[in-house]
Amino acid sequence: MAHADTVIDDTIFHLEDDHGHAESGSSTMLGFWIYLMSDCLIFAMLFAVYGVLGGNYAAGPAPKDLFDLPLVALNTTMLLLSSITYGFAMLEMAKGRVRPMQVWLVITGLFGLAFLGIELYEFAHFIHEGATPQRSGFLSSFFTLVGTHGLHVTFGLVWLVVLMVQVSRHGLIAANQRRLMCLSMFWHFLDVIWIGVFTFVYLMGMLR
Amino acid sequence: MSAGHQTDTSNHSHAHHGVNHGSLAGYLTGFGLSVVLTAVPFWLVMTNALGNQMASAIAIMAFAVVQIIVHMVFFLHMNTRSESGWTMMALIFTLILVMIALTGSLWVMYHLNVNMMPGHDMSQIP
Repeated sequence: MAHADTVIDDTIFHLEDDHGHAESGSSTMLGFWIYLMSDCLIFAMLFAVYGVLGGNYAAGPAPKDLFDLPLVALNTTMLLLSSITYGFAMLEMAKGRVRPMQVWLVITGLFGLAFLGIELYEFAHFIHEGATPQRSGFLSSFFTLVGTHGLHVTFGLVWLVVLMVQVSRHGLIAANQRRLMCLSMFWHFLDVIWIGVFTFVYLMGMLR
Repeated sequence: MSAGHQTDTSNHSHAHHGVNHGSLAGYLTGFGLSVVLTAVPFWLVMTNALGNQMASAIAIMAFAVVQIIVHMVFFLHMNTRSESGWTMMALIFTLILVMIALTGSLWVMYHLNVNMMPGHDMSQIP
């Protein structure tokens, strides 16, 4: 019995140690990075689907008939600006300044909203012209790939709002800093995916 | 309680400062490079400056690869030292899987399309 107690105590000691390690955020960062890599694989599959089906127009509209490059350039600018403003928020966080950090997060959120708004306007425009996801293999894979990215941005925005509420209620505690760093990685990762989207879908589509 | 949190916070930010958060110069460098690396491919396609579709396609893909590396280094702060190299290992593993999936899919499906073309009858080949 006494021996069992010792073993349990020993186990609890190790759990406490692990817990402290997780609070410092180092293992969370690696775990979140591995999640991002798995998300990257999802996007790779969707890119592969688009690469295979992207030329099947079924006598419907082709990229050249649909895509509006100045609009895509504007959208790209919005996402790139939101990346740099999130970076500024992280710099304020490192200095422990809550108010400027929250302001940068609001600006980031507004750029993200602008990105989503432009993307939804583009989708609505396509669907209005009859270029629906059901129209052809090209459009099915286009809406799946770009829509999945848009959905990620949407959930990123929800996460951003939740974290802003968390910070305003609890301040820049270690847990909140860790969460903000995870969202930072997520947000920059979405910008990386968008580089692939605007290159392979929009720019290459206009060259076809 | 709040003093404890304060200490914890400052220790934490001190421990990670300059490692995970990057620097203002780093973010601005990354942003400047990204603007150029985005604007040039758009310009190439919109004005057809190279006058050759294949050359334009290769150029914009090269710009995309460079811009992805710029984002990884300046925004995601990738390096070979973080987490004793495990983030880099995970990235390399993912890139290998992505390459296999993309090249495999495109290669197989391209040949499937070519060989399944109507009028291409294998029995007519001597």
